[in-house]
Order: sequence, then C-alpha cells, then structure tokens
Amino acid sequence: MCSDKIDQILARHRGKPGALIRVLIEIQHEKRWLPKEALAKVAQALEVPLSRVTQIATFYKTFSLKPKGRHEVHVCTGSSCHVRGAARLLAEVQRMTGLKPGETDSESRFSLETGSCLGSCSLGPEIIVDGTHHARMTPAKVEGVLKRYS
Amino acid sequence: MKRESPPVAEIVLQIDGKAVKATEGMTVLQAASSATISIPTLCHHEKLEPYGACRLCMVEVEARGRKSYVVSCLYPVARDLIVRTRSDKVDKIRRVILEELLAHAPHSPELMRLAQEYGADKDRFEKESSFCILCGLCVRYCAEIKGKNAVGFVDHGARRKIRFVPEIASNECWDCQECFALCPTSFAQAAYFLTEALAFPGRRKAWTP
Repeated sequence: MCSDKIDQILARHRGKPGALIRVLIEIQHEKRWLPKEALAKVAQALEVPLSRVTQIATFYKTFSLKPKGRHEVHVCTGSSCHVRGAARLLAEVQRMTGLKPGETDSESRFSLETGSCLGSCSLGPEIIVDGTHHARMTPAKVEGVLKRYS
Repeated sequence: MKRESPPVAEIVLQIDGKAVKATEGMTVLQAASSATISIPTLCHHEKLEPYGACRLCMVEVEARGRKSYVVSCLYPVARDLIVRTRSDKVDKIRRVILEELLAHAPHSPELMRLAQEYGADKDRFEKESSFCILCGLCVRYCAEIKGKNAVGFVDHGARRKIRFVPEIASNECWDCQECFALCPTSFAQAAYFLTEALAFPGRRKAWTP
C-alpha cells in the first residue's frame, strides 16, 4: 500500500526531471524516509540519473536515508535558546528518550534532531514536535510534552 | 553609430604583456592557452564544461584601472582586458590553495609538482586525508562525455565526497575506467574498487602479465 502512494506521487511527475526535489519531499512526508528502492523508482520515473537523485537526497537535511520515528523532535540549539538553557533541555530530552541527535529509537517512536536556530528566538528555549512549537520549554516541563506523543 | 555584425567578434586583450587575439565567448584560460601562456589548473578539462572548482587558475585582471582576481577558466575575455597570470598576490593565492589541497592529498604527484613551483608547504595544515580534492573531473566526465552518471557527489559541506553508484557502476565501469587517469590523486580508482569490493565483488578478471 505504501508503494501505491509512491507510485501515485511518481505518476503526477513522470518524465519531469525538474520535479525531483518536490517528489522527494512528498515521499519523505509519506514514508518519513527515502528507501533505496524509492530512489531507484524516482530516478527511473523522472528520467534523472540515480547518482543525481542520491546527490540531492544526501545534500538536504530534510531527506533521510534511514527510517525515522513516528514523531520528529527538534531541539533548538541556536544562540538565543542556548543562553536560555537549551543545553540542559537537550540533555533532559536525551535522557528521557535515550537518543542522541540524529538517532531514532528501536520502537520508532521518536527521532531526535537539533537545529541551530529553529526560528522562534523570542519563545526560546523551544522544541518542535511534529511541526508544533513548544515555547519556553524547561527540563521539568518537557516530559509532559513528550508523553503526549506515543 | 555604424554597427557591423560579424559572426564572431574578435577581441584583443593583453595577457602577461602580450597582445592576444580571442573571439567573443572565449574564456581567459582558452585565450591564454591559444597564445601558449600556461596557467595551472586541476579541475579543467578541454572536453568538459568549465567548472571553477579548484580555483587554481586564478589570475589578476585589470579593466578600466581596477584590479580583481578571477578564475580564468570561467572569466570571459573582454576588450582591452589586462591579464597577469603571475604576480605576488596570484602566486600567494595559488600557494594557499595548494597547501589546503595538500592537507587532503599529500602525495598527489600533480599537487607535489605544483607545490614545488609555488613554494607551497605540504605540512602547513593538519592532514585530513580524504584523498579527494573534489575537482569533479570523474563526475563530470562520466556525466558529460560518457553519459553514464556512474559516479556522483553525495552529502554536503565538509562531508562532501564522490561515490560510485553500485547499480550503475557494476554494469558500466569495468569496461571504461577512463576517469581513473583523469583523477589528480588516484582517488577515483580507489573509490571504484572499494565500491566493487563492497557491492559487487567477483568482477575481477584474472591477472595476466
């Protein structure tokens, strides 16, 4: 069923090399990662060399060549959040999830990433879970937030 | 104003004090080599599109009294342009580029020869032997001349590197191997055989003297 979705995405862009990034984003959103088979399919459908697809898929941080968890946790480590205690927040998130930045747990619940400035400096320190910003986060409060995601 | 329209306009520029004739659309590097003035290059190849990756062909250009430093493999010729292929500043730029590249590939014969010419110290920067200087010759040759795209760049920034794509390389590379000779550091060859060993071993032909 998942590969049906990929086929649908590819059907909309077949033969259009310019749609490469668009297609990869859609597949990434659908599957939360880019399986090798999907990259080969993309190359064939869009008539783009596989090496080009690999280049783009490895260039941007949006794309993952490893399976990601159901929930993506981003902890901001930008300067503004850092001075407001992002390091302690990150340490607490790491302790709770048992993950280092870039890792995904074995139950595919969380993927942890850091970002040097996620763009809401006035709300810092912030974490973003599945696109939802959680502002003025503290090590004490973060457990309650992450518990909401299973 | 009278306007002639010859098919290609001829331009005269000055390179190292010599008047050099060139046609519009040529690069400074092409004009220089037509006048047998040599400019060192690493990422340039006659059959490939100019790329401007190694920056070694940097020259000093002066137009309307203003000096600037440009990569001659990409810079188009212009009327009354004054080009200097060697000057203290140009030499210094090349020397630093070579020193940086030597941190990645300290034993490349091509780099060592140039280092000697420009007085570059191969130990100036801490070694980080990636063996690849990212000139892109293998990648571009495979794409532009062979049309196979068996090798490409992956990742970005400081982690950028070349990788052979096993799916393509297993079918195409054995009977070609033309990029190996282009590589200034022999890394293309190493990268291919590593890919072969990991992804499709057993392709090796019996060695015959």
